[in-house]
Amino acid sequence: MDKKNIMTIDGIPVEIGGEKNLLELIRKAGIKMPTFCYHSELSIYGACRMCMIENEWGGIDAACSTIPKAGMNIKTNTDRLRRYRKNILELLLANHCRDCTTCSNNGKCKLQDLAMRFNITGVRFPNTAEQPKLDDSSVCITRDSNKCILCGDCVRMCNEIQNVGAIDFAHRGSKMTISTAFEIPIAETNCVGCGQCAAVCPTGAIVVKNHTQKVWQALDDAGTKVTVQIAPAVRVGLGKKMGMKADENAMGKIVAALRRMGFDEIYDTSTGADLTVLEEASEFLKRLQSNGNIPLFTSCCPAWIQYCEKNYPELLPNVSTCRSPMQMLAAIVKDQSGNSSRRHVHVAVMPCTAKKHEAGREEFKVEGKPNVDYVITTQELIQMIKESGLLFNELEPEAVDMPFGTMTGAGVIFGVTGGVTEAVLRRLSADKSKGALISISYTGVRGMKGVKETTVMYGDREVKIAIASGLKNASLLIDRIKAGAHYDFVEVMACPGGCVCGAGQPFAETKVRENRGKGLYAADKMCNIKFAEENPLMMSLYNGILRGRVHELLHVDYSQAHGKEQE
Amino acid sequence: MLKTRDDLINVRSVYGKSLGLQTKKILVCAGTGCVSSGALEIFDRLTEILKEKKVICSVTLEKEPHGTSVGMKKSGCHGFCEMGPLIRIEPQGWLYTRIQLADCEEIVERTIIAGEHMERLAYQKDGKVYKKQDDIPFYKKQTRTVLDHCGQIDATSINEYFAIGGYAALEKALFEMSPDDIVDEISESNLRGRGGGGFPTGRKWSQVKRQKEAKKYVVCNGDEGDPGAFMDRSIMEGDPHRMLEGMMIAGLACGASEGYIYVRAEYPMAVSRLKAAIEQATQYGLLGDNILGTGFSFRLHINRGAGAFVCGEGSALTASIEGKRGMPRVKPPRTVEQGLFDKPTVLNNVETYANVPLIITNGAAWYKQVGPENSPGTKAFALTGNIENTGLIEVPMGTALKEIIFDVGGGMRDGRKFKAVQIGGPSGGCLTKEHMDLPLDFDSLKKAGAMIGSGGLVVMDENTCMVEVARFFMNFTQNESCGKCVPCREGTKRMLAILERIVEGKGEEGDIDLLLELADTISSTALCGLGKSAAFPVVSTIKYFRDEYEAHIFEKRCPTGNCQKLKVIEIEAALCKGCSKCSRVCPVNAITGKVKEPFIIDQAKCIKCGACITACPFQAIMEK
Amino acid sequence: MNQTFDFTVVDGIIDGLGRKPSAIIAILQGIQEHYRYLPREVFPYLAGELGISEARIYSSATFYENFSLEPKGKFVIKVCDGTACHVRKSIPILERLRKDLGLSDKKATTEDLSFTVETVSCLGACGLAPVITVNDKVYPAMTPDKATELLKALKEEL
Repeated sequence: MDKKNIMTIDGIPVEIGGEKNLLELIRKAGIKMPTFCYHSELSIYGACRMCMIENEWGGIDAACSTIPKAGMNIKTNTDRLRRYRKNILELLLANHCRDCTTCSNNGKCKLQDLAMRFNITGVRFPNTAEQPKLDDSSVCITRDSNKCILCGDCVRMCNEIQNVGAIDFAHRGSKMTISTAFEIPIAETNCVGCGQCAAVCPTGAIVVKNHTQKVWQALDDAGTKVTVQIAPAVRVGLGKKMGMKADENAMGKIVAALRRMGFDEIYDTSTGADLTVLEEASEFLKRLQSNGNIPLFTSCCPAWIQYCEKNYPELLPNVSTCRSPMQMLAAIVKDQSGNSSRRHVHVAVMPCTAKKHEAGREEFKVEGKPNVDYVITTQELIQMIKESGLLFNELEPEAVDMPFGTMTGAGVIFGVTGGVTEAVLRRLSADKSKGALISISYTGVRGMKGVKETTVMYGDREVKIAIASGLKNASLLIDRIKAGAHYDFVEVMACPGGCVCGAGQPFAETKVRENRGKGLYAADKMCNIKFAEENPLMMSLYNGILRGRVHELLHVDYSQAHGKEQE
Repeated sequence: MLKTRDDLINVRSVYGKSLGLQTKKILVCAGTGCVSSGALEIFDRLTEILKEKKVICSVTLEKEPHGTSVGMKKSGCHGFCEMGPLIRIEPQGWLYTRIQLADCEEIVERTIIAGEHMERLAYQKDGKVYKKQDDIPFYKKQTRTVLDHCGQIDATSINEYFAIGGYAALEKALFEMSPDDIVDEISESNLRGRGGGGFPTGRKWSQVKRQKEAKKYVVCNGDEGDPGAFMDRSIMEGDPHRMLEGMMIAGLACGASEGYIYVRAEYPMAVSRLKAAIEQATQYGLLGDNILGTGFSFRLHINRGAGAFVCGEGSALTASIEGKRGMPRVKPPRTVEQGLFDKPTVLNNVETYANVPLIITNGAAWYKQVGPENSPGTKAFALTGNIENTGLIEVPMGTALKEIIFDVGGGMRDGRKFKAVQIGGPSGGCLTKEHMDLPLDFDSLKKAGAMIGSGGLVVMDENTCMVEVARFFMNFTQNESCGKCVPCREGTKRMLAILERIVEGKGEEGDIDLLLELADTISSTALCGLGKSAAFPVVSTIKYFRDEYEAHIFEKRCPTGNCQKLKVIEIEAALCKGCSKCSRVCPVNAITGKVKEPFIIDQAKCIKCGACITACPFQAIMEK
Repeated sequence: MNQTFDFTVVDGIIDGLGRKPSAIIAILQGIQEHYRYLPREVFPYLAGELGISEARIYSSATFYENFSLEPKGKFVIKVCDGTACHVRKSIPILERLRKDLGLSDKKATTEDLSFTVETVSCLGACGLAPVITVNDKVYPAMTPDKATELLKALKEEL
């Protein structure tokens, strides 16, 4: 170890390795420092004051906002610090709803966790807080200010990462709240339903809407056929919570679990993604050849669609008319049982909260009934598995059902940023060899970077591609496009990292998110078919159910839908 | 438009001459205090009468005067707000107090035309008449250097500022000094920030100067929010150019070409005077591009606060200028590295900038003659509360507390006994009798567990309940907490609730310990300086007046009789004639009795409104 | 929402102060000076013009005490409750004003929008304590009775 780079934490020498703050270093040293308001992706807010440390002169500093320097000697666990932390927790709890057992965040709550860790056994102050109204207006999230500790994580996420700004701080001092403008219901704001606020919320103040009850009801009803589709990202999202490795592909076990719960037919959304690849690639080629509405923006991400509708309606003609994989598959599944007299409920298991909104959009209803009846998130799936009492780890993996049970690696990688682009590139590539596959993966489409760019050749035409994940990154990219930068194809995913990091997934730190992406690439490798157009099911669909109905079942024109809404 | 150094020297001499021709002057105090008691009407009336009487008078300085005249001036705050509206008569140096419109004619006839002193308008104390302003004890013990111009020249005129040598410091800095020289001179002078912390100004400037960024800012903190402090307001209103000059020199020294002045919302007159001053300086070319042909450019903007005490904290202030919520942010980065718009920023308060021209003109050695070695110069204080002379004062740093209270302040009002003085507002602490000899400077106060803050001195007499004072400050801090960090937002709320309980007679055993425990948590863990000091008034009142807390908590008694809810109203049976008047006025039917027999108050019902006391024709009801 | 709101005044204020997010506080001050409060209609408009979210403007507007989202009275009376005024009995003046006008700490403005009564932390006129201001004009050395008289005089001006 280089002596110049050593500092002391709780008496133990620790090497400073370029950590941007003391907190990161302390955590690297294996100490679980308590925090509410620190997230490595967000700006440092420094408000919860839980990560206080004592320096060698007896001064108290916040670790999150102290830069580690060689020779520093700090302590993280002294009598004083414990006292302060307990007092801060007590002060927070004094205003807080303490009905933990009935809170939807029970067991996932940081406040609950820290109160337990620091052995808070009583609160000396009366709870005088007014009971604010629950904001139940959104189909994606529920806001309960009563449980808010004002750490500001949601505000920074909504503003800094997503550039939406639906919520912010309001008022000040002890009257401070997190609020929409004029406290209007969140559904009436520019919220896009990405749910990232709920993902970072340490308590139950913002939670994802839960629709499991409706699914159970449908399953219990003998007169109802219940089908389900599972999105690519889900299979790598629940592993850790179920005692598996973070990137382990749990698809087979999920299928088995769903079948045990009583789902009649189980499909893989990757199949829908294969359809999307084919449709989007051909749409892109058409536009490229006619030079119409280029760049083409992808349309799979419902939060991005809402963001575009609310902020850049002028760009809607550039958005692909392809329905999302979920909606393509749902349209076919529902259409197929169209003549049956039995009630048919179609459920989608998604890593996403915005899908709950997409499911309810008018465009995706047939005779007033939605093609996707309920969307549940990965977390809700976990809850259903637990509720059903199934021992997940002991389930034998099972395969999805026919007739829509074949899919390709192209569809699977939709769940990670750059995946849609890579799948389309595979489709466009004339060379279908293994070497071609590998070279496509090295064009710069992979990786967790917020904005990726690449140029590929299509025939003798140079095709410029940009990939953005995180809506702030998307808006920066759009600014550049408006300023004259040229791209032919732009993939946008609202959640940083893509669907694997969706707000419906169990919350994970950066490292775990990366692993999830790797998990999907591994799943791709396991697929014997890598090209969407080689999926034998596609042929039969295009020759069968889709004949003459491609537009009706697989496409949607958001620019027109938006126009109508405006009227 | 001044294009060269000679132009500036010339304009100074022209207006100097013009001012010299005003052999007589009437300086009407146009500070907020006197204006609110009608000073501007008096100014107009005096001017009118002078014209009627055909006395040649000049309201503005003329470039080519036609001979001697009487100068009519709206001056900056004279400081003796208690006695306003004030006027000062030159050349005699007489001070007239509490002028009424009806006095104006007599003033012109007797004093201006005939040169007589009007004793009835002079300040009188203990049977003694004080003719000259400088002889009045309130002024005699002061050393007015920063506030020197206030009361001497017209606050609204740049020409008057020129006439007495204005912008000479800027001139010297521009033509005779390098930026390093300026920073060295300021460092050498040991000037320390007057905003409260006492950080060495020279060190701050050199840190900003060292930054490599092309864009830097000079920011003036005029968000004087401490209740009971108004020094900065008086400078902004009374001598705006001195402060602007200080900011320009800071810009020159640190390599900044743009400055912002953040003035709190409650000071509309300071804003309008500063705006006018900036306009005048711009017209003369002292602000703008290529100032006096030197290539130095500097522009100034004014931002008005919108009502948030916390914006006096540096990072909250810059956030507010940027259009955001005024919430302090974590440091590092420090303001000198990334301040306003994330650029290196010199942030000083009004009084600090006003000191700069003095140091540049006269040199650091001159400056250090006054005050202690470690905190030289003078300090302006706002003297308020239960004291005879309230107002704005300036004394050498290190002046003992007793000199300020008894010599300058004239002692306690109504002959009451001194109890404590709250220094530094809601962030400060209280000083008591034992601190009478304490020199008021940064280091001595810090040692005594108090702080100079921005310089508000609120003097309290024996009738002041210290628990109530602590509650008052905690209520203030709690209202003004930005809400960002948990200890300040939640901790002050809980401390306030406990204090409210105590003054209402519902204090419990353990409350004092709980207050101290919360205070320790807040002071150690709060995010910003305001939060860290939020509990100081409570800690310091507990330290010196613990017995008062205990009386409230254990005996349910307020030793000063100040706490309404702890008062006991009783009927003296011997005096009560049983007329039943009290019973009839009592709003809560707490008084009962048989007519012609002594009545009784049910203490459990009584809300201590005092209606019965007023109603009793026999003075039989008393508050205890 | 009122579709007919005329944004000419707002446009003028924005033009004078700059179409940039950092000018938002000054712009809100300008709007408040004109309308005596911040009409709700201006929020989405400013959000569009300055490129900041409505929630963020609301956030700033509710942080600073001077902004009002409700219309204020023609006469805004501020009672100083700074330290100096407090020790010289400013609260009885506040109570008198509220009593005379039928107001309370929950209700600051009269129904007919003639008077608003609020407290302010310190007006910096401590030498003249206790003080109140009416539309920024300072009234020194007040008493409850003087306050009642002042109200009478102001009512004449309505």
